Amino acid sequence: MKKVTIITGHYGSGKTNICANLAMELAKNGEKVTVVDLDIVNPYFRTADFSDLFKDNNITLVSSIYANSNLDIPAISFDVERLCREDGYVIIDVGGDDAGATALGRYKAVFEELYEENKIDMLYVINCCRYLTRTPKEALELMYEIEYTARFKHTGIINNSNLGNETTLETAVSSIEFEKAVSGEAKLPVLFTSVCKGCDIPEIDGVNFREVDVFVKPLWEL
Amino acid sequence: MERSLMKGNEALAEAAMRAGCKCFFGYPITPQTEISAYLAKKMAANGGLFLQAESEVAAINMVLGAASTGVRVMTSSSSPGISLKSEGISYIAGSDLPCVIINVQRGGPGLGGIQPSQADYWQATKGLGHGDFHVLVYAPASVQEMVDVVVKAFDKADEYRMPAMILADGILGQMMEPVTFPEIEAKNGDKPWAADGHKNKREHNIINSLYLQPDVLEKSVVDRYEKYKKIEETEADAESYLCEDAEIVVCAFGATARVAKSTVNQAREKGIKAGLFRPKTVWPFPAKQLQEASKNAKTLLSVEMSMGQMIDDIKLAINCSKPVEFFGRTGGVIPKPTEILDEIVRLGGAK
Repeated sequence: MKKVTIITGHYGSGKTNICANLAMELAKNGEKVTVVDLDIVNPYFRTADFSDLFKDNNITLVSSIYANSNLDIPAISFDVERLCREDGYVIIDVGGDDAGATALGRYKAVFEELYEENKIDMLYVINCCRYLTRTPKEALELMYEIEYTARFKHTGIINNSNLGNETTLETAVSSIEFEKAVSGEAKLPVLFTSVCKGCDIPEIDGVNFREVDVFVKPLWEL
Repeated sequence: MERSLMKGNEALAEAAMRAGCKCFFGYPITPQTEISAYLAKKMAANGGLFLQAESEVAAINMVLGAASTGVRVMTSSSSPGISLKSEGISYIAGSDLPCVIINVQRGGPGLGGIQPSQADYWQATKGLGHGDFHVLVYAPASVQEMVDVVVKAFDKADEYRMPAMILADGILGQMMEPVTFPEIEAKNGDKPWAADGHKNKREHNIINSLYLQPDVLEKSVVDRYEKYKKIEETEADAESYLCEDAEIVVCAFGATARVAKSTVNQAREKGIKAGLFRPKTVWPFPAKQLQEASKNAKTLLSVEMSMGQMIDDIKLAINCSKPVEFFGRTGGVIPKPTEILDEIVRLGGAK
């Protein structure tokens, strides 16, 4: 992984869960990791929900002081630029759609600088089970909308196609065609394709399956 | 049929369009804003009208106007916004007009907070505005039910010529679950009363809630109550889960019922005979269904995201024949399955 990883996508693509997985893996390898909750759109269900998990695993969580509170304002109360220049890995969880990506626009200069040094990835999370990004065309349209407001281009794709608690191996396997179409059209590599933990992963040419933990759980399963 | 992952608010909005909703008037408020956002994007392409009004008061009066012409119309808001709409809702009920009103509840009173709540139960079931009237109130408990219930709400509102409300909460509006859209027939029903142009072929249809003669007004209200009596007999709906041999029946609606179901399963694992009774309509309250579900119970436990607004309806339904206990969290705090289990154990469920 590069020093800075920005995770974007449609609401419900599973960005936050992907961020948690990437952070946990780095932390397990003894790396210093900071997760930045840059969601300025949705006051419900966000990275800040994982504060205990992160604390237990020595992952630093940086989020708005207003996250999960009753103050519904798009505030960023921390310095993203400084975090990107400090030691250690930074994973940025962006809010959904182009609305969420608006928060990235003001960091264009620092992101471009990091890009010159090959130290940054912006990864687009796709989920073909998710309404309004079911077809490659819809997924691509949203991807370009995000790039437009982020003022920065994606460098890769994560196929996180899932149906929430009904996700099976079949969900991932049947999304390969979609993944290839989006990747081919966007001319971007697919970093990995998510599958649930413990399933019997098939060998498919050109597909890099990766087991993903589900940290986002409904309240009644806590 | 295809499964899609959707937010409760989005699923509800999509289902409304599929059910033939032609007009939406609203004003943004968390946690229901996705309903407006979704319809703003898609309504026009579906041959409908989306309008963000200057206020909730304006929006509900636009609903009154659109409903008068006989089209299917919807508005949505969250708790404080519903209070603002209450005058208009009374006018709509007094004019015998069908419409669908969504309340994705948040913490109150006052401006309260944006986290989930069920503290508008009294408002929805007992006092949604001035005067003698009721609205049909549906209480979905999953994203799939958000779809099913909105279709039903439009049909029943048309059938009875009255407003129907969907009483959701911030959890249901915001959470994502897989959903399937059934075949939905975009209906509008036969509305010979609509003020949609007489073309010199019939008498004027007049939509009105003002009566100059008290006895005429009284008759209109009494007639409406005849209709309510029929609705109470036929439209009350509920789900009973493991109630047959239950000694303690947990009563909960909406998202709280999902938490409570989890608790009931945990209690059963401990050997406690617990069951769940979930009203799917809260007006009319499913009294007969509750009598049946609690026939072997020693205790009933109401679990709500409020200070206990459903307790009285439960007591009335069972004629106060058994103790009705309460556990709740309020102000945007969601009860945990373990907290409810502790309460069941405290009430003697472990014996």
